[in-house]
Amino acid sequence: MLDLTPKEITKRKALRINPAKTCQPIGAMYASLGIHGCLPHSHGSQGCCAYHRSHLTRHYKEPIMAATSSFTEGAAVFGGGANLRQALKTMFTVYDPEVVAVHTTCLSETIGDDLPSLIKKAAEDGIIPKGKTVIHTNTPSFVGSHVTGFSNMTRSMVRYFSRENGETRELINIIPGYVEPSDMREIKRLSAEMGIKSVVFPDTSDVLDAPQRGRLELYPKGGVTTKELRDTGEAAATLALGGFASEDAAIELERKCGVSYELLDLPIGISATDRFIQAAIDITGKEPPASITDDRGRVVDIMTDMLQYLYGRKVALFGDPDHLISMTEFVKDLGMKPVHVITGTPGKKFERRIKALLKDTVPDVNVRSAADLFLMHQWIKNSPVDLLIGNVYGKYIARAEDIPFVRFGFPILDRIGHSYFPTVGYAGAMRLLEKMVGAILDRKDRDDPDEHFELVM
Amino acid sequence: MSEQALSNISRINPEDLLEEIVRSYPTKVARKRRNHMLVRNPDEPQQIQANVRTVPGIITQRGCCYAGCKGVVIGPIVDMVHIVHGPIGCSYYSWMTRRNLGKAREDGQNYLQYCFSTDMQEENIIFGGEKKLMAAVEEAYEIFHPKAVSIHATCPVGLIGDDIQHVAKMMSEKLGIDIIAFNCEGYRGVSQSAGHHIANNGLFEKVVGKDDIEEEGFTVNCLGEYNIGGDAWEIERVLERCGIKVMSTFSGNGSYDEMRRAHMASLNLVQCHRSINYMAEMMETAYGIPWIKVNFIGVKAMSKSLRKIAQFFDDPALTERVEKVIAEEEERALKGIEPHRERLDGKTAFLFVGGSRAHHYQDLFRDLGMKTVVAGYEFGHRDDYEGRQVLPNLKLDADSKNIPEIEVRPDPERYRPRKSPEVLEELKRKGLIDNYEGMIPDMEKGSIVVDDISHFELERLIETLKPDIVCSGIKDKYVIQKMGVPSKQLHSYDYSGPYAGYEGAVNFAREIDMLVNSPAWSMITAPWEKTPLLKAVPNKV
Ligand code: SF4
Ligand code: SF4
Repeated sequence: MLDLTPKEITKRKALRINPAKTCQPIGAMYASLGIHGCLPHSHGSQGCCAYHRSHLTRHYKEPIMAATSSFTEGAAVFGGGANLRQALKTMFTVYDPEVVAVHTTCLSETIGDDLPSLIKKAAEDGIIPKGKTVIHTNTPSFVGSHVTGFSNMTRSMVRYFSRENGETRELINIIPGYVEPSDMREIKRLSAEMGIKSVVFPDTSDVLDAPQRGRLELYPKGGVTTKELRDTGEAAATLALGGFASEDAAIELERKCGVSYELLDLPIGISATDRFIQAAIDITGKEPPASITDDRGRVVDIMTDMLQYLYGRKVALFGDPDHLISMTEFVKDLGMKPVHVITGTPGKKFERRIKALLKDTVPDVNVRSAADLFLMHQWIKNSPVDLLIGNVYGKYIARAEDIPFVRFGFPILDRIGHSYFPTVGYAGAMRLLEKMVGAILDRKDRDDPDEHFELVM
Repeated sequence: MSEQALSNISRINPEDLLEEIVRSYPTKVARKRRNHMLVRNPDEPQQIQANVRTVPGIITQRGCCYAGCKGVVIGPIVDMVHIVHGPIGCSYYSWMTRRNLGKAREDGQNYLQYCFSTDMQEENIIFGGEKKLMAAVEEAYEIFHPKAVSIHATCPVGLIGDDIQHVAKMMSEKLGIDIIAFNCEGYRGVSQSAGHHIANNGLFEKVVGKDDIEEEGFTVNCLGEYNIGGDAWEIERVLERCGIKVMSTFSGNGSYDEMRRAHMASLNLVQCHRSINYMAEMMETAYGIPWIKVNFIGVKAMSKSLRKIAQFFDDPALTERVEKVIAEEEERALKGIEPHRERLDGKTAFLFVGGSRAHHYQDLFRDLGMKTVVAGYEFGHRDDYEGRQVLPNLKLDADSKNIPEIEVRPDPERYRPRKSPEVLEELKRKGLIDNYEGMIPDMEKGSIVVDDISHFELERLIETLKPDIVCSGIKDKYVIQKMGVPSKQLHSYDYSGPYAGYEGAVNFAREIDMLVNSPAWSMITAPWEKTPLLKAVPNKV
């Protein structure tokens, strides 16, 4: 397994090996699926769209519908305007979406297709039926990562839909970040339990966790509606969860409609969830019901009961920056030592944030943005860990180095659960604790000699 | 259910159904799409439109040229470093997702678990990426010391004008290893197919024919076999039992070293005609190796293919051995299939896969007593549908013209006819060598063929014909299953396999049985939705 990875680390300037990120459009496609009645559209060659659909399908085990402009060489030379017009005609005739959310690819970005003008022209020419909306976002993959694409499409939702009519409603916006349908559902549940009226956008719950009913819903019942998106402009405030995936949309909403926002970390783990609940209290003046405080208590209960298996353990984490910031804090709260932390997404502020979080407990943490799993593996070879936390690609390193492994983040292509069980909120914290303790104890059970093989742990 | 499916098919006039389906498209699109569909009628010559542009917006199964080149043909070679020059996504998505299994040879070199990319950034797009590519090759060399490197261009690379061929040449001279560049930008051609051709050209020019180590005995290359789920290993097992030695496989579990010796084999076996027929033809012209079309999918098909090989070698001892192996293996396989066949007999299937499997699996379904009622390729050409006799009449359109054809001549030192001219003529006349008859002739009257099927067409066909199983790819799998119809992925085999050969056929039978007859399908409707409301009301509360 990964036998050719040397322990010795050489500096690389050009070669990316085993990336810890992917490209922008897939994030944009995922975000688009969180609009009700939306057909995502990839403006470029058809290969990108095929890859993005396949990858999201492997992660969700659900239909991922999206169309493509199917560029051929002619379009690459002369621009993809004609392809987009044809695509819009075909989509509205055959698939009748309420919204088409167009994102670009490296090809259409390199060509420089001007999407706003193309869309405007299509509307003037009657290619976009009355009452239907075509939105767009630019997602060049030579900038940022899949997280950036998600963020860009979410910001486009604001640009195209949010309206302000001078009134402020008793409503808050929650931008949940690049999280799972289960997480979005949990965020809605928490806000409803607190008696808060909120718009969560994008919202892929009831889209990418759709039930088996024996019939295909091209547009499942979930997703934020265009009306709800319009209302975001009249909300009292916005909670943006995760600086990398959600802040841009919140800034846009403040700029466009004057809705002030508060930036929070993704509510993963106990401290970040506490801050989320506290912010909701501060903004709305509503008290959380006892059920939420009880759930919190249950998390702390597990923490106190299981600390002997977690305390002092070294952990390596990789994945998307917003997830990692909260998860690093959580494992720190558990008394563990996050010694290696890597994201593929570029951003020095990520490194600063992780260092700040760990300055008292792991001052010499290895942290790097715009890094890859090859480096992570080498770091682990040089300084071994007790637990690896990350997306599915971690299983290769875990096997090569024989380390307990907890799947966390995007993508998870080889297990189910992430669509159905949240990692956010106190419920999510309990689930993460169960997974971490389980992974560590399974390993102990595997390695213990017979005479030490314990019934009670 | 299956009887219902068959009666649906006989009740519905398939021509009317196709007309009705395309009527939902804009007029021009309808006309175009209708030419990609036909109802099989053995009594007249039939022609289908294939290998042309997909209509934008239609929700296609197709991928790109890069996917065909790096993803399909080159990526599975285990002992080379495959560097993708472009932004990160293209390389990332083709990283371990296709299930082309492979093992290191004695030298321990296996790069299948690695993903290499130049991860181009904005400044590389603006100022050019050649320098970064050169540096990337050098870094790969310093870390791994591979014996060969491939470079693959993605969409933006062609556009900004990076000369990857030049980089390959320079770096090859500098490092003293083979570096092969493929201009497989995603916008070339109309599907993965263009990439197959580009990959074939590169392998033929730079790899094949470079190492003249000879092998004794009945030697073959397996062309167009990608070792999904271990198919190639099962095929090799059977061939080896027969006394036939596989010198190289293109390209599942493929090895650069073995491919360099491929020209020494006596015969090429072509499994996936679409992706590799170029290689077969070029090797025949240059080295005199004839090829035969085989199908290792299905018990009967496997035996038939073995007999073809024996017929080619025309050696009594070999023929005897082959017959013995066939007898033993068939008996075991048929016994293994039997219980499943009982539960599957008479059921119906749709097949929409790639450029050869939609044809190959019809044989296997026949072994199970099942009938393929609709089939089509994602990126096949007319010759894959109608047979190679159409080749001379195929006109190249603008999209195919930009894929270079290389001119091949007999190699002055290495050309070696494997049979006398008379025998070769005779084998050709019999259709044994250099021949593929295509999928359509194998399909029954009244069955439907749809090329490059769209999501909409697939959904309508399933709704109307209600097949028992639909075989397709990952993008369709859960779409189909949401309709309450089981779906088998025939690109990735649903993370199972092998399905080739005798043992593979038994695996497949077991899994189709499991998919079709699982109790889960009967639980889709909740009990209270089945019971009339009145009955459910007694005052128990
Ligand atoms: S070309 Fe760009 S958008 Fe397309 S798959 Fe590659 S990196 Fe992603
Ligand atoms: S960018 Fe081009 S090469 Fe890459 S996946 Fe998309 S279509 Fe294929």
